[in-house]
Amino acid sequence: MIILKLLNMVIALAAAPLLLGIINRTKAVFAGRTGQPLLQLYYDIWKLLRKGAVYSRSTSWIFRVGPVIGLSVALIAAALIPFGGLPAVISFKGDLILFAYLFGLSRFFTVLMAMDTGSSFEGMGASREVTFSTLSEPALLIGLAAIAKYTGYISLSQMFSSLNLSVWLNAGPAFVLVGFAILIVFLTENSRIPIDDPNTHLELTMIHEVMILDHSGPDLAMILYGAAIKMWLLGAILIGIVVPVHSGNALFDISAAMLFMILLAIVIGVIESSMARLKLLHVPQLLIGATTLSILALVLILR
Amino acid sequence: MSLFLWGLVIIFVGGLASLINGRRAGLASFFGAAGAVAGSITAVIPAFKVFLHGVTESFRLNWNIPFGSFFVQIDAISAVFLIPIFGLSAIAAVYGAEYLLAYREKKNLGAPWFFYNLLLIGMALVVVARNGLLFLVAWEIMSLSSFFLVTFEYERQTVRQAGLIYLIAMHIGTAFLVVFFILLGHHAGSLDFDKISGVPSSLANVLFMLAIVGFGTKAGFMPLHVWLPYAHPAAPSHVSAVMSGVMIKTGIYGLVRALTILGFPPAWWCWVLILIGAVSGVLGVLFALAQHDLKRLLAYHSVENIGIITIGLGVGLLGINMNSPILAVLGFAGGLFHVINHAVFKGLLFLGAGAVLHSCKTGHIDLLGGIIKRMPWTAFTFLIGSIAICGLPPLNGFVSEFLIYLGVFKNGMGGGLEAVIPALIVIGALALIGGLALACFTKAFGVIFLGHPRSDYAQQAHEVGPGMKFSMVTLAALCLLLGIFSPLVIKSAENVILEITLLTFPDVQAELASASTVLWNFVFVSLILFGIIGVFTVLRKLLLSGRCVRQTVTWDCGYAQPGPKMQYTATSFAQPLTDLFKLFLRTRKDISHPKGVFPVQSAFHTDTSDISEKYMYEPAYKWISLLLSKLRWFQHGRLQIYVLYIALTLGILLIWKMM
Amino acid sequence: MNNAADTIMIFLVLTNLTLLGLSRLGTCIRIVAVQGVVLGLLPLLLNGWSLELHLVFFSAAIISLKGIVFPWLLTRALRDLKTQREVEPLIGYGTSIALGMVILVICMWLGSRLPLPVAAMSTLIVPVAFFTIMSGLFLIISRKKAVTQVLGYLVMENGIYTFGVALVQKQPVLVELGILLDVFVAVFVMGITMFHINREFDHIDTDQLSRLKV
Repeated sequence: MIILKLLNMVIALAAAPLLLGIINRTKAVFAGRTGQPLLQLYYDIWKLLRKGAVYSRSTSWIFRVGPVIGLSVALIAAALIPFGGLPAVISFKGDLILFAYLFGLSRFFTVLMAMDTGSSFEGMGASREVTFSTLSEPALLIGLAAIAKYTGYISLSQMFSSLNLSVWLNAGPAFVLVGFAILIVFLTENSRIPIDDPNTHLELTMIHEVMILDHSGPDLAMILYGAAIKMWLLGAILIGIVVPVHSGNALFDISAAMLFMILLAIVIGVIESSMARLKLLHVPQLLIGATTLSILALVLILR
Repeated sequence: MSLFLWGLVIIFVGGLASLINGRRAGLASFFGAAGAVAGSITAVIPAFKVFLHGVTESFRLNWNIPFGSFFVQIDAISAVFLIPIFGLSAIAAVYGAEYLLAYREKKNLGAPWFFYNLLLIGMALVVVARNGLLFLVAWEIMSLSSFFLVTFEYERQTVRQAGLIYLIAMHIGTAFLVVFFILLGHHAGSLDFDKISGVPSSLANVLFMLAIVGFGTKAGFMPLHVWLPYAHPAAPSHVSAVMSGVMIKTGIYGLVRALTILGFPPAWWCWVLILIGAVSGVLGVLFALAQHDLKRLLAYHSVENIGIITIGLGVGLLGINMNSPILAVLGFAGGLFHVINHAVFKGLLFLGAGAVLHSCKTGHIDLLGGIIKRMPWTAFTFLIGSIAICGLPPLNGFVSEFLIYLGVFKNGMGGGLEAVIPALIVIGALALIGGLALACFTKAFGVIFLGHPRSDYAQQAHEVGPGMKFSMVTLAALCLLLGIFSPLVIKSAENVILEITLLTFPDVQAELASASTVLWNFVFVSLILFGIIGVFTVLRKLLLSGRCVRQTVTWDCGYAQPGPKMQYTATSFAQPLTDLFKLFLRTRKDISHPKGVFPVQSAFHTDTSDISEKYMYEPAYKWISLLLSKLRWFQHGRLQIYVLYIALTLGILLIWKMM
Repeated sequence: MNNAADTIMIFLVLTNLTLLGLSRLGTCIRIVAVQGVVLGLLPLLLNGWSLELHLVFFSAAIISLKGIVFPWLLTRALRDLKTQREVEPLIGYGTSIALGMVILVICMWLGSRLPLPVAAMSTLIVPVAFFTIMSGLFLIISRKKAVTQVLGYLVMENGIYTFGVALVQKQPVLVELGILLDVFVAVFVMGITMFHINREFDHIDTDQLSRLKV
């Protein structure tokens, strides 16, 4: 059993950067380009790890310790998330709260790193990051509360392993709502279109990318890898809720989950290719909407 | 018990010695601080004993005043409040000994020390008093001595105004408490708490509302909080730390004590508490976000944290009402643990703010910047405090919020609409508060400590001396320790919970045991997190050793002349959020736009005044003053007529008595 | 649990919330139209798709009126008025959605308190009908443009209709036809009034009407 649990974590750590490759490839196909290799992020991380670093004179130790904390948090969070029917390495009652707050910790340091450079652009990104994450947090927690209410468990592993595809017959509408809410949270937290455009080249309009402008070398590698893991974990939550396949055969379940992760990445790619970025002023509305969906789902499950 | 009283005596003697030696600054500080520290250590021992073993200690002395008796008692509830009171006050006293020396040229230091020690005695007496009259006397000692501390720098107009607001607010609150105790005494025939029982529900409802207003004014519930943002910034920083960290908690204590007296809670009490908590929490942090002054910002955060504590109490009370041990135990445990945690991290943050104020001479956030390099210790401890107050793991702030979350989650999973709606409100409020607090403290820490100095104030920053450093480091260490050892703390809380909830012992023990099992998991995760951080730090060092590591300017997107003034300011950082919630904040903006091709001057100024002050208190006072102005003919300024009034009153009283 | 009826109810809630958060008047009109069409199908659905003649006729009438005639009238009015957006509502969009959520929770609570015989069909119908009426009222109160107020009126009517369908399952026709007639006249009159106000004053802000009383 412990091997299976560890396998879950190993998959997350190994396959996380792949998601971004698939998203980018989908976008490239839509744009009629060949696009980057699927493994581009692996290459990038490897390249960055072998480089030196350049630091701004205005930065302090916060700037140097931030990436380490960000990556450590991502690793420990990976131990909390179940995947494809496999329970998480560590699971206890209320671990979903710890999971949400751990990412709060990494956000705290990301924002401080941005402020540490004294650049007005990075300050701008930091300001937007805290604004949007403030609004996405209630959506995530209430959405998970709805699932918890449905299953009667409050640890992620128990919650997810007690779900299966029959939820769609019993409480389909509620699950659609939660699914959409968490999809919005996913897009926000991973700075995807329509909230943030990861490929923009104007610093003024970025959110996440602008906060890490000054990082280089191994630090940047850690940040990129941490962000990839975060995307994987939120994706795992999303597919764990929307397509809970539990056949009892571990191998089959894992392969199904992997398949759905790839599908999710393609869906994200399609969303990014077919939508424009929202006006920054309209993002809060979208996020309040997500919270609303979560609340509505909870109310529905209640009956 | 006698140890406790001796401790108070030591504190008082220290204060008195300091008052006598007021002209000699060094000596006054030594006596005051030494008295506070030695007395606190002595007096906290019995509190710890009671907390761990749950054996109540009491002491009763008859008093020659109607209804009065010197009846004091330390039970587990008192102990929970006594421990932070003595702990934080002792640590803040060490800090104050150094902090106040900056005023040695201008001021007599005897008075602030005397009142500081008196404040400490007042707070301690409030939580142990078991007689209504004694309670009110202690309450007044506490309010008045803190008033004198707030007006320490009385030569400044703003400080005098703050002092007045504080004094008036406190006495409005006390007025409600007097009525509270009169009604209670009228019902029971005695003001000794142990003689009061069986309060009928109609009376209990009235008493509950009186307690909410009376104690809520002290604690800083949302519409009643107006004095906090004035008084905290005006007071010397170690006093603000004590006031915000523990003094306002006496309001929470009073409420808890009142709840134990008033009997079984109807559902609407719980709802009132949860809603007050949610409103205070969310609006408190929102107003904090809009502030420009560091200590004012921290003062609003006290409102937020009082909100979290009140949510905890409301949830606990709901547990009693719904007969759900999970909810009762976890709600009260979370709320009371947050009392302790808030004392630690808010104390720390106020001391840090004091250090900044001490060395930079300004608390205006937008004038500071980059002082992490000049004040590394202050910056590090302030960072720890910030993480803790945002409720982020692995520090103590997370644990108390986590317990409340756990309670409503667990209970909400089992119940119907009545269980889920509170869960929804609490989860939504706590999540929103968490996000906003993060925004607020990244703003405060980022703008004050990081980047480049924004003014000459920030240029002159220098690290503070060993006494102040010691206090801050101690509190920072406590933030971490209370997080790591939280399972033990929670497990030993059974006596307190038992006294408040009147559940059966096995129930409480079982719930606390399961909560502490969960917390051990959290501790486990935290320790691994530290381990991973350590490993990665070493790895990063190894990777970078021997490679080219250069220093250069910040990437400025092509602009070649970045200056400190181009940095993002605190106001702009908070702007998206303050705009989003402008319905509540009603920030006033004054803009003069730059004009022409070579603009000379332009300005932007924002000002967020308090809604409850502007829309509740100001109109109310306007009416009152209008009403009372009718009575002005009464007052002419002639001494003879006043004497006539006195004579007339006496005469009428005499005649009335004769009849 | 009647999944299809539930789905329609959730759809109703979501469209109401969207209306609270939207500024484009054209989109708002279309949303109300879709709401009308879906509601038109509700009586058929509640009777288990039994295609009785009067029911079908009734549904067709509702759909054509709510889904085609009203939107067409309103769109025409909008085109003539040359306003596309609700500018400066009295209560902002984000806040409106949040308040809408609060109203929804209150309605849910109210619904759980009202012992109505429809609970067997779908427990959601009563609270959602309440909520729809409330959101219509909210729109009327919080928006300035006359078009949005007419929309609010329509939404309110949708709520009353849902309530009616739920309560009088078999014979809602009489109640409904009466209301529909009212609304029809109202929309008609409003349309004409709006047109004239606009011609006289060059805008359709209703709060400017208060100037007329001097």
